[in-house]
Parts: sequence; structure tokens; C-alpha cells
Amino acid sequence: MLHRLTISELTARLARREVSARDTMQACLDQVARVDGEIKAFISHNPADALAQADAADKAIAAGADFSAQPLLGVPIALKDVLAVKDQPLNCCSKILGNFTSPYDATVVTRLKAAGAIIFGRLNMDEFAMGSSTENSAFQTTRNPWDTARIPGGSSGGSAAAVAADECIASLGSDTGGSIRQPAALCGCVGLKPTYGRVSRYGLVAFASSLDQIGPFTKDVRDAATVLEVISGHDSRDATSIPQPVPRYPQSLTGDIKGLRLGLPKEFMVGGLDPEVKRAVDAAVTHLQSLGATIHEVSLPHTDHDVAVYYIIATAEASANLARFDGVRYGARVDGADPLEMYGNTRGAGFGAEVKRRIILGTYVLSSGYYDAYYLRAQKVRTLIRQDYLRAFEQVDAIITPTTPTPAFRLGEKSGDPLQMYLSDIFTIGCNLAGIPGLSLPCGFAANAKPGAPNAKLPIGLQLLGKPFGEETILRLAHAYEQTTPWHREHAL
Amino acid sequence: MSAPDFDIKYVAHLARLKLSPEEESQLGAQLGNILGYIEKLKEVDVTGVEPTAHAFPMVNVFRTDEVRPGLANEDALRNAPKRASGLFVVPKVVE
Repeated sequence: MLHRLTISELTARLARREVSARDTMQACLDQVARVDGEIKAFISHNPADALAQADAADKAIAAGADFSAQPLLGVPIALKDVLAVKDQPLNCCSKILGNFTSPYDATVVTRLKAAGAIIFGRLNMDEFAMGSSTENSAFQTTRNPWDTARIPGGSSGGSAAAVAADECIASLGSDTGGSIRQPAALCGCVGLKPTYGRVSRYGLVAFASSLDQIGPFTKDVRDAATVLEVISGHDSRDATSIPQPVPRYPQSLTGDIKGLRLGLPKEFMVGGLDPEVKRAVDAAVTHLQSLGATIHEVSLPHTDHDVAVYYIIATAEASANLARFDGVRYGARVDGADPLEMYGNTRGAGFGAEVKRRIILGTYVLSSGYYDAYYLRAQKVRTLIRQDYLRAFEQVDAIITPTTPTPAFRLGEKSGDPLQMYLSDIFTIGCNLAGIPGLSLPCGFAANAKPGAPNAKLPIGLQLLGKPFGEETILRLAHAYEQTTPWHREHAL
Repeated sequence: MSAPDFDIKYVAHLARLKLSPEEESQLGAQLGNILGYIEKLKEVDVTGVEPTAHAFPMVNVFRTDEVRPGLANEDALRNAPKRASGLFVVPKVVE
């Protein structure tokens, strides 16, 4: 059962020499062998390499390694296929990258390795992080461990499913419009998007450079705080990384939230919200009140424009970031008589439909004659959206919302209508536009009418949004809620 | 309701994306739909509002102008579709 442990449980046992890193890694590999044929969270993994890393961790532990210096020593962590790991494949779940293997480590990977983590496996995602269901992967479709007829969410669906299915102890994903928080909510685990600039993007394949952040998927809040501390920090190789000192995040988990002010945005509790989601979030708010937090109504008046602003800015930035995939220096080239033909053929053959959709939309809104009406206007509305959040944070310490309007929907349910898919991001998108931190954690379950499974249920996620660099506050709130509720102890499999 | 003059052939050319006729038709319709939704941004009064390019704009992020090691030539070429003499080979650019 070692694969079912959290980071804190595992490292405590490793430190006491009760279990070995090898046995834990083997337990995770056995779980992958047992369930991933159906869940399909992993695109690839290398068992021999993973066990070799585990052996190295055991050796270090036997030699007296210090867990306070290496808080992830011996912990198996898997990564979304969008992060560079030296000598491992990097595909962003797209055909266009072909047989690409990374010549360098992302900064977060360097930091995880320095902290002693075992880095194994490439996790499934929507192609180039564009999607909300992981149905846009060019390789395979990941299934929600709580009901394999349903989506795990996206774009970091593999990262969420792998943690929820206990195939790894923690994972990393990326979040541009909700791609960590939404799958965390749908799969019943903790997912955190740091403040923009908190974590270096060096080695993260860029989707939208002003919105992207890397963050952890974990089984509980303490683990999220542990991983966040490891991966955060200024990096000279990411010019947008902020030189703010990194707090000892796990130390902010005091259990005391008395007097913290929580804001409920009135624009979020609207029609389209599943009644069971509303019930669970209302109950969570009441519970937080009983722990001493106070509740206030806040207003984020431009909420209704979040999705439109996002789909202009993110696609515009994506069209620029994905211009590099042209068949010249890497990837699956499709030849042409001249470079223009080669670009057109390579990109036409290599990109999936959603990626093409977004590149074309992004190109259009940046093009001459349309830039002012679309992109520039969207950037101005973005300012107004950001100001809404900052103004709300003058009155409250954190904002509390459902993470998603509904529990996990069925595979294929929204894939035919791109706009419907986009609208499901309604609660998570504002956070990226404002650059603030956001966390999702389990707050209950919805009934799932699943034939032959009378007790079937689907996770519901609670979202906490913090002030810029306010991760300590949202972690403290989340931890206090989690430790006085039963949700985090439930396993999908 | 779609944007009146959304020319998918032209935009696909700008994006260097070769589309099949079916893709042109399907993507054109879907994008028209999405653009129709995005029109709602015209409702917002943005008079006097500065655009946001980055949430926390960092300025003048420089380092000292000194030579530092970068990616080795061999590493840069390791994924090349076609290479020769330490360079990437591409179709002829100039006539």
C-alpha cells in the first residue's frame, strides 16, 4: 500500500528506515501496471530508470541524508509531458514534436532533483496544454479514476488522474486558464497554481507566456506546500520570474484561521452551477465559518468577460509561441519544395484541430486591422479584471468559489462544441488573468448515476484564490478545512 | 453571428498552416461562432484604461554582458530532422 501514502507519510517512514524508496517506487510501478491500461494517465515511463533513481535515494538515506535539506528524497513524482527533463521524451502530447528528447532540465526539474525526488514518467495532457478534458491529446485519452467513462479534466488530466489513482505520490502540471485546478477538482486531489512569476517557466513549453505557471498535484494540502517550496524561487533564466523570497510554506499550516476574511464573488454563484456543487461549496463556506473565518460578499464586475478576454490573449500568445514548430530544428518535418511549403505541410500535419483553431484565432486577433479591436481591447479589459480582484482583496484575505460549475462530464460530451468547452473554465480563468495564486481541494462528492455502481460518486472541488504572493494564506485556509473534513482520505481505486 | 470578414484562407497563410478544404470549412464555422461570442468585449468601456501585458511587469531584467556557456552544438542538433556539418538543413531559401 506504499503507493497510497502522501509525501509527508512517506518521507517520515523513509527517515525512520521503515520502508525503502525502492519498495515505494515498485509499489507505484505495480499500480501503474495494474490500472493504467484503463486510466491511461501515462504516455510513457521507464521502470528501470525509476528503480535506479530509487536505489540512489536509498543509498543517500543510508548514508545519513538530511530530509530537511532534501524534503522529497525518495518520493516518486511524475511530470506533465510539457516539462523538459534531460534525455527524456518531450512531446506536449503532439505529433509535431516527433521523437524529441530534451537536451536540458527545466528549472523545476533541477529543483526537484536537488530535493531528492524520483522523477519518472510522462503524463498525458491536452495537446500543447490547449483543452479542458485531455481529449485533445494526440496520443490517448485519459480517464477519470472515479468513473472511467468520464474525463479527468484538462489540460493536466494525466497529472491529476495519476495522483488520484495512486500511480505516483505527487505530480506537476501547468495552469494557463485552470489546467491544474480544474482537473484537481474533477479528480478529487489538491492542485495549486502559484502567483505568476513565483515558479520559473524555464523548461516549460510555452503556451501563453503571460498566463502560464507550473504547479503541484498532491493528495493533501501539506504536500502541496512542500512541493511549492521546492519548485519556487527566482530564476535568472526566466525574465518574468519574480525575485521575491520563498517562504517556508509548510510552516504556514498552523490550523488557525480565526479572523481570516473570505470573499464570495456574487457574480460566480449563477445559473449553470450544478446544484450538488452549490450545496457542497455552501457547506464548505459554513464549515470555514465554524472554524473562525468570516464571510463577505465581494463583487468582480467584469467576470462575465473573463472567457472572452482569455481566448483572445491566450490564443494570441500561443500563436506566437507555437510559431517555432516549423520542422526546421526539431520535430516531425514534412518536406516541401521551399521553406514556406515545408512550414505549411509540417504544421498542417503535426498540429491537432484544437491547436489549429487557437493558432488561427490568435493570428487573426493580432493581425493588421484587427489588433486594436481585439488584442489591445482584451488587454485593457484584462486590466479591469485584475483591478476587480485587487479591489476585492482590500476587503478580504482570500476569495472562495467552486472550482468548476459541474462535476466531471462524460467523454465526448463537449468535444464537439469548442465554445461550450471554453465556457466550462468560467471560474478558473480570472485567476490567471489577474496573476494571483489559486488552489483547488476536495470539498465533497456528487452522486453519479452509474449503472452497476450504486455507490458511485464524483469529486467536487473548492477553489481558494489569494492575493499576489498570498499562497501562505490560501494554504492555511485549505489545510484547516481539509484536516477537519473527511474528503482527503478517500481514494478512487 | 460571426465576424463579417473572417478570411480563414488568409489567416491560415499568415499562420503558415496548411488546411484541407474540410478543415477550412469546419474551422471557419467554429471560429465564426467563437468570434461572435467575443464580440461582447465591445460592451466594455475601456476609456483611459492601460493595457496589461503582464500581471507583474518586470522591467530592465538584464545581466552583465559577459560570455557564458550555452547549449552545446551537439545538443542543439540532437533532434534535427536533417543536419550537415553542424548545421540544420532546410529546403532552398533563395533562388
